Amino acid sequence: MLFKNLIEYMGLEPGRLHFSWISSAESTKFVEVVNEVTSAIKALGPRKSMVKTPLTDIKDKATEHVDIH
Amino acid sequence: MLTYIDKIRQIAEGFLKEGTVDMVIGFRRGTLPLMNEPCLIKRPEDVKKLVWDSNCGINLANYLTNRKEKIGIVAKGCDSRNIVNHIIENKIKREQLFIIGVPCKGMIDRHAIEALFPSEIEEVVEDESRIVVTGGGVEQIWSKAEVLQENCTICIHRNPVVYDELVADLVVEQKDVDRYEDIRRIEGISPEEKRDYFNDLLSSCIRCYACRNACPLCYCPTCFVDASRPQWVGKSQDPTDIETFHFLRAFHCAGRCTDCGACERACPMGIKVRVLTKKLEKDCLELFDWETGMDVEKRAPLRTYSPDDPDDMIR
Repeated sequence: MLFKNLIEYMGLEPGRLHFSWISSAESTKFVEVVNEVTSAIKALGPRKSMVKTPLTDIKDKATEHVDIH
Repeated sequence: MLTYIDKIRQIAEGFLKEGTVDMVIGFRRGTLPLMNEPCLIKRPEDVKKLVWDSNCGINLANYLTNRKEKIGIVAKGCDSRNIVNHIIENKIKREQLFIIGVPCKGMIDRHAIEALFPSEIEEVVEDESRIVVTGGGVEQIWSKAEVLQENCTICIHRNPVVYDELVADLVVEQKDVDRYEDIRRIEGISPEEKRDYFNDLLSSCIRCYACRNACPLCYCPTCFVDASRPQWVGKSQDPTDIETFHFLRAFHCAGRCTDCGACERACPMGIKVRVLTKKLEKDCLELFDWETGMDVEKRAPLRTYSPDDPDDMIR
C-alpha cells in the first residue's frame, strides 16, 4: 500500500501497477486478472518516464554524431 | 536555547566523572558557520567543547548504531524519536544510554540563510529570537521564526520522548499544525504534472548520497546503492536512475522516518528530499495510525501484520 501510493505519488499512472493474490487453484481468476492487467496497460500506452535510455541507443546516437562530422 | 550549553556541559561532565558513561555524543562548534558538527567526548576536561544553538540540526542517533559502550547522548525531540527507533530495531540497547534531553525550539535553515545572504557568511550569532549574520562587510538580521528549517516549523514533537536528564523545562508543543499541506498539493495534480515536478525536483541531484549518510535510519553494512553484485540501481546521472535512487531511499524509511530533516540539511544541492519521506509519513499516519519513535514497545507498520491492514489495492 505504501509502495503503491509512493510510486503513484511520483507520477506512475494509476492502473499501471497491479497487485493480486491468486491461489494455484484459481486458474479462472488468474486468466481474469491477466486480461484485466493487459487491457488496462494497453489503454494507458507505452510509459514515457521512469524508462531508462538503453545504452545501445546512446551508443547509436554517439556514432551518428561521429558520422556527421 | 543558549542557556542549555552550561547545563549540557554540567550533566556530561558529571556522567563522565562518575563513570556512568564511556562517552558523550554531542555537538561542537563547526569549522564553518551554521554547521555545528557531532563530537564524541571521552574525557571530563573536554566537555567545554560541547555547544548548543540553532545549528545543531544533525541527527545524533546516527552515531549510535551498533555501539557497545555506555553512551551519554544529547537528544532533541527528533533525535530522541530516532533513538527509540534504534532501540526497536536492536541497533542499541536502552540500558546503554543516558539521554540528555533537550527541549528544542527549532533549528535554522542553512540553505535558506545562504540563499538570502548576499555575501559569504563569516559569522552567525544568535540570541533567543534573532539571528545576526555577518560577512563581507554586510550584516543582516532575521527573526529566528523567519529562517527556521521547514520541518521545524511544522514539528509537533519538540520535546524528547525518552530522556534520563533534561537540560531545561519542557517547551510547549505546537498545536494545530498542518503538517501535510505540500504533500496534499502534489497528490492532487495529474500523473504528468507529478512526473514533471519530480524530474525538476531531482534534476540537480549529484548522487553524493549525503542524504543517506546523514540519515540515522540508513545503517545497512552495504547500502543498496553501493552494492554491485547484484546491482540494484543504476549508478549514472540518468534521470531514471536518480529517480529510482530517491524512490528507494525514501521507501527504506517507510514507517521509520521522524522527519528530522537531516537529509535535507545535508544535501549540498538544496533538494527538498523530504517531499518523498513525508508522503510515507503521512500515509503511515493515515493508514496505520502510526507515528515513528513514540513508544519503545510498539512495532512499525511494515514489521507487523494485522488482518485490518488496508488492502484495497489487492484484487
